[in-house]
Amino acid sequence: MRAELIADVVAEFKAYGRIVIVGASLAGLRAAETLRDEGFTGPLTIIGDEKQEPYDRPPLSKQVLKGLARADHTLLPRMRKVDADWRLGVAATGLDRRVKQVRLADGEQVPFDRLLIATGTRSRPWFNPQEAALEGVFTLRTADDAGRLRAALAAGPGRVLIVGAGFIGSEMASVCRELGLAVTVAERAEGPLVGALGGVIGDIAAEMQRDHGVDLRTGVSVEALEGDAQGHVRRARLSDGTTLDVDVVVASLGSIRNTEWLEGAGLASGRWGVACDAGCRVFDINGVVTDSIFVAGDIARAPHVLYDYQFLVQEHWDNADVGGRVAAHNMVSLEPQRRPHLPLPAFWSGQFGVNIKGVGVGPFADEIVITQGSVTDRRFAAAYGRNGRIVAAVTFNHGKWLEYYGALIERSAPFPPPPPGYDHPDGMQPMPARFPTPGAPTGWPDVVLTGHDPTERGAEYEYRTKKR
Amino acid sequence: MRMVVDLNRCQGYAQCVPLAPEVLHLHGEEALMYDPNPDDSLRQHVLRAAASCPVQAIVVDRLDEIGKSS
Ligand SMILES: Cc1cc2nc3c(=O)[nH]c(=O)nc-3n(C[C@H](O)[C@H](O)[C@H](O)COP(=O)(O)OP(=O)(O)OC[C@H]3O[C@@H](n4cnc5c(N)ncnc54)[C@H](O)[C@@H]3O)c2cc1C
Ligand code: SF4
Repeated sequence: MRAELIADVVAEFKAYGRIVIVGASLAGLRAAETLRDEGFTGPLTIIGDEKQEPYDRPPLSKQVLKGLARADHTLLPRMRKVDADWRLGVAATGLDRRVKQVRLADGEQVPFDRLLIATGTRSRPWFNPQEAALEGVFTLRTADDAGRLRAALAAGPGRVLIVGAGFIGSEMASVCRELGLAVTVAERAEGPLVGALGGVIGDIAAEMQRDHGVDLRTGVSVEALEGDAQGHVRRARLSDGTTLDVDVVVASLGSIRNTEWLEGAGLASGRWGVACDAGCRVFDINGVVTDSIFVAGDIARAPHVLYDYQFLVQEHWDNADVGGRVAAHNMVSLEPQRRPHLPLPAFWSGQFGVNIKGVGVGPFADEIVITQGSVTDRRFAAAYGRNGRIVAAVTFNHGKWLEYYGALIERSAPFPPPPPGYDHPDGMQPMPARFPTPGAPTGWPDVVLTGHDPTERGAEYEYRTKKR
Repeated sequence: MRMVVDLNRCQGYAQCVPLAPEVLHLHGEEALMYDPNPDDSLRQHVLRAAASCPVQAIVVDRLDEIGKSS
């Protein structure tokens, strides 16, 4: 085949092809805008099961809970017109690859030439459905969730219980204290944030919580919730035998990937998401790469060159924002113009007045060293290492230095790294980073290395509800 | 109007804050807080704040150019 032939096909596809995006949030919207930016003029359909147009989630656990912004006021800024057929409030329920159609909950079939999967994650519900249905029991993922939880907090409850001290759970605890509410945080692991940042940082995060008046309980799980005669939650029973009087309970137990609608489609999808290559092209169940199905955002799982080519999942804003754009670009580009999406994972989190930022994959490391600043002042930088190279870094109120560490990680520079700046702490001895051993009862971090197998036969995950 | 601040990029030096103090403020030492939906009357302030940001972390909608529709 002559090269022009393929070029003609791509040009024709850009003019007349049909693209369907499933998932109308950050990744889906940025993909749609990029498709139009790159000259795609064919019909574009965006399917989303939420009624709202795409909105931003990070403010939900921060500005919205605090009452600084309304829950329905975080709609994402639009960078351009996308001229799409928006199908909001209807879920995709199936994918038939033979006839290239997405099936919708209302029975309609939407045909496509190329498909982008951007269905993200949802929050893991409280494990006991009767208890989950009690009034006053919440999870936080959507704008509606945030609106309801904000109303409950604004009503001045007696005590709030947050189950799970990951980033979002810790941010919520911080907001509760700013609102003057009594709050207990229960975490199965040895401290807050340990899944993502390890026990050394977890100890610092724990101190921060306690200094701000959070009743932090670690190494315990919440075994049962009890309601009153009106069906409102009033008590929680903990695994250490204690009970708590509570009026609001927020289950912050991590997320579940929205892959159910892909069952039976023969794609490499499962509990860790949808496997794809570095260019966002989805693998089928045999590890063969498809050419018409792409994936981006929280639900994507791609091998990463910096981490032994293990498939990496990243539930971070940045990954959806950029991943959506790269996927879209690749959907309408000839092979030589295709780009990889291999970002260094990056996150931020604001809690207890401290700006926590990180790059890289902490849990890949076994050692950590404080390289700059002062832990007692909560103004410091730390680097993570494995086998003598730097693989991640975290800063507390020291964000301006993060770029320096990011550049080292990208080069796989030696660990411990030479610290920049002048504020070097004494000693600077690497120490064990204390990440939970696989299978230990802890929350999962939001960046996870999930092994080398595209179909995840090797990846094991059991959520432990009660017994340790 | 709609805006987001890409807080991965944001360096927290707060150059933007005095240009739109109704919308942007520091929470603690370097965590930028913002109103994701400022009043339309503040658009000029927000645009100036966005222009002042050395890392272009402030993303403002273009709804005034592209109209309300999608
Ligand atoms: C409270 C909160 C705070 C956060 N804070 C931060 C932060 O500080 N920093 C950071 O980096 N990240 C943060 N995040 C994470 C960030 O918001 C996500 O990484 C980002 O939203 C991912 O975007 P996405 O488009 O991939 O998926 P999502 O935003 O999950 O969107 C997927 C969309 O698809 C829809 N959908 C699912 N299944 C179907 C179906 N079958 N048919 C149709 N539609 C479907 C969903 O309803 C949803 O609207 C936070 C998230 C939350 C919830
Ligand atoms: S000017 Fe830019 S980098 Fe500085 S605080 Fe404002 S948004 Fe952040």
